[in-house]
Amino acid sequence: MSSAIAIETRRALKEYGTGSHAVRALDGVCVRIDKGEFFTLLGPSGCGKTTLLRLIAGFETPTSGQILLHGKNITTVPPNLRPVNTVFQSYALFPHLTVADNIAFSLRMLGRSRSDVLQTVERMLSLVRLESFASRKPQQLSGGQQQRVALARALAPEPKVLLLDEPLSALDLKLRKEMQRELKRLQTETGITFIFVTHDQEEALTMSDRIAVMRSGKILQVGAPREIYNHPVDRFVADFIGETNFLSGRVEGDKIRLSSGELVAAETEGHSGSVTLAVRPEQVGICPAGTSDSLTAEIVDTVYFGTDTHCHLSLADETELVARLQSPPSGNIGLSRGEKVGIKFNPGAVQVLNE
Amino acid sequence: MTIVSDRAFSVSRLPGFATIAVTVLVMLYLPIVLLVLFAFNAGPSPAIWEGFSLHWFPRAWANEQVKEATIRSLVIATSAAIISTSVAVLAALGTTRRRKSPGQTFVYLMINQPLMVPEIVTAVALLILFGFIKVATGYQGLGYLILAHSAFCIPFAYLPIRARLEGMDITLEIAAADLYATPWQAFRHVTLPMLMPAVAAGFMLAFITSLDDVIISLFVKSAGQDTLPTYMLGQIRRNMTVEVNAISTLLIGLTVILLTAFFLLTRERNRPQK
Amino acid sequence: MSSAAEIAAERKERRRSWLLSAPALFVLLFAASGPLLIILVYSFLPPGKYGNVEWGFSLDAWVGILYSRDIFDGTYKLADAHLTIFWRSLKLSLYTTLFTFLVGFPTAWFIATRSAQMRAVLLFLITIPFWTNLLVRTFAINQLIRNEGVVNTFLIWTGVIDTPIQIVYTDFAVFLGMTYVYLPLMVLPLYATIDRFDMRLLEAGCDLYASRWQVLRHVIVPVVKPGIIAGSILVFIPSLGAYVTPRILGGGRNMMIGNFIDLQFGAGRNWPLGAALSVTLLLAVAVALFVYVRYATRDDNRV
Repeated sequence: MSSAIAIETRRALKEYGTGSHAVRALDGVCVRIDKGEFFTLLGPSGCGKTTLLRLIAGFETPTSGQILLHGKNITTVPPNLRPVNTVFQSYALFPHLTVADNIAFSLRMLGRSRSDVLQTVERMLSLVRLESFASRKPQQLSGGQQQRVALARALAPEPKVLLLDEPLSALDLKLRKEMQRELKRLQTETGITFIFVTHDQEEALTMSDRIAVMRSGKILQVGAPREIYNHPVDRFVADFIGETNFLSGRVEGDKIRLSSGELVAAETEGHSGSVTLAVRPEQVGICPAGTSDSLTAEIVDTVYFGTDTHCHLSLADETELVARLQSPPSGNIGLSRGEKVGIKFNPGAVQVLNE
Repeated sequence: MTIVSDRAFSVSRLPGFATIAVTVLVMLYLPIVLLVLFAFNAGPSPAIWEGFSLHWFPRAWANEQVKEATIRSLVIATSAAIISTSVAVLAALGTTRRRKSPGQTFVYLMINQPLMVPEIVTAVALLILFGFIKVATGYQGLGYLILAHSAFCIPFAYLPIRARLEGMDITLEIAAADLYATPWQAFRHVTLPMLMPAVAAGFMLAFITSLDDVIISLFVKSAGQDTLPTYMLGQIRRNMTVEVNAISTLLIGLTVILLTAFFLLTRERNRPQK
Repeated sequence: MSSAAEIAAERKERRRSWLLSAPALFVLLFAASGPLLIILVYSFLPPGKYGNVEWGFSLDAWVGILYSRDIFDGTYKLADAHLTIFWRSLKLSLYTTLFTFLVGFPTAWFIATRSAQMRAVLLFLITIPFWTNLLVRTFAINQLIRNEGVVNTFLIWTGVIDTPIQIVYTDFAVFLGMTYVYLPLMVLPLYATIDRFDMRLLEAGCDLYASRWQVLRHVIVPVVKPGIIAGSILVFIPSLGAYVTPRILGGGRNMMIGNFIDLQFGAGRNWPLGAALSVTLLLAVAVALFVYVRYATRDDNRV
């Protein structure tokens, strides 16, 4: 089904510098991104996500490997001949041009007719709701407005793929939330493939159809947000996406013996020997001490977060873990430091990761 | 002006510094102000005030030598500024925003060379070289002066252009390429418009530099090719008249106008970034 | 390891860089750097009778820098006149550098510690004289100090003196003129470094019990040293090669090297000597620049 694939990279490898000073930014990445998909590259800074984006945009050529767009090899095609556009982290709006001229830039470069340019610019301005700002200069706009202009400018030539390089990182929290919804709306309305780069896991989870988690130039896991969150392939992914408690133990039949000596039920198939258990804090329940099938723990501290209260616990061997409990209406969860309690994990919430 | 010790304590204030600074600023302007003032003197003395008059200006202009020298100076300065700015723009594009290389260092050194070599040395060198060419070709025109001026104006044109290019966000050109601009279109529609203020600034500095030159002009010029400064030098040596004050006043006025324009142009550059 | 495409791109980039620089390099080679080689050649030729040179090889010009041959017995002895000129050039250049620093530093400091708006205005005021025609500025000084100039006229008019004080055509006049015309060259680089100076260092200094002078000596001067060196070199080099200022204010008798070179190409009719003197001046400048680069890079490494 190659016709459904927008972008494919084949063993894309990028090194900077030469000889022994070479730094491998991208280490043979293979990934397929479907048409019309909202695809996110997620990872900490320096993981190679921006490099991958720049290879797709054509700003750089891979040291080896191939980039395919709609099945066609575009590895060495210069950026001005690729039907791929970028929304830059700094927006890169032309300061000497008005908003309308910025949006019209690509159309003029492509030699579109005057009426076509006018029409498209108008359509784009209404798409990003900036109709009344057409004749302003970029520096006269707020950050959020500049962001919209950058989007409109990149969407104007109707690219096959839109690349977004951490476009929301310069905005404050409230505006960012608003732009996240706006981006999702634009993607649905235009049907264009979006490739979005971010280091913000929450942003990735809320917006994406699929996420690729990257680290040290490699893709660790590709999947839908739910899949990545609930079934991380390794400790790094589990830790990077949301908060996670890690417990070490050994497989014993269909159970796992924790380092504290207690037994926990888990899906152990395919695992043996030493393993790490990953449990999300919201999947940890607290019950009275001594309840059957519960682990014994002691309250170390409770931290009030408004809707939630985080309860820091310590197991018998001093392994620490966190339980996230909904705050009761009174706000006081009724647990005090040093209190002995029992803890239970929700069924199916315990992920077994090989060491 | 004395420093009063019971003023509020400020760490950056050093005793006596303000007095010296104000004196320096006054002394920097006093000679120029007096020079300009006596250009409006009714009498023939540059020291005894005999009333206000504008008559030295038309009188200077009526002098055929002054008129010719002025026109010659302007022709040379304009040509040299155009040539030096053009080649400086190209050189700046060729030497900025890339990895450092030995070749680049060589280009820097070459471009800045006129700032380091004493003018008198270049002047006698050109006297010899152009002497050969004059004999060989028989050409005696302004070309020599224009070429020599173009050369020593290059660093002045180059510096502001290079500074601007280095401050320019390279992402803008990448964005242009992303938006289907060919390299030439990206230069024509993005780089050049944003570079224009610096090009204008470089042009002005080159123009002033050429207009001010005495030494190289003195050695390179053929007979009867006085520029305004070489004419003035000749006059100062003979008998100084207030006519020289009048010409000086006009030169100072021109410098102030060009510099003001330069400052406004370079200030413009800082705005879009913030 | 880079791919062939990357290497090709890099090579293309380098070629483009050279092509773009070529026109500027051509103009400079032809009308600035190249001719300097001719000077070097000329310094090894015998002089022509009526100026210019004859073709041949001679070290006379180089010997002639320091020694003069007695017309009668042909013996060489030190040319006192030449030495006086060299010494005057060096002395006046050093005085000028020192004095411009002494008054330029407080000025730069004063400007750098004003409000942003005031700073812009004061800087502009320093820049105007800098770009004003050197000849005009020297002429302005001349008009002020010559016998029938403003200063003397004023002093006679007030009765302080009854004959004019001879200021112009002395070494002092040349020093005064050079200080006046090159002062902005000292103030501007000093300002640039002081402007970047972190004023909190002063608070730290004062906090650690340093007096104002101790702060100046142990905090400010060491930190702004690169600016001091840059300013000194910017003043020293043009002072050493000065021509216009000593010509107008020093007259024919108080020559500096620049005027001495000019003389060889004019009335002196000894082009090779003029060429050798030019090369010598160039070497002196190169030494000064070398010292500057050594200091500047050493400071970079330390910080």
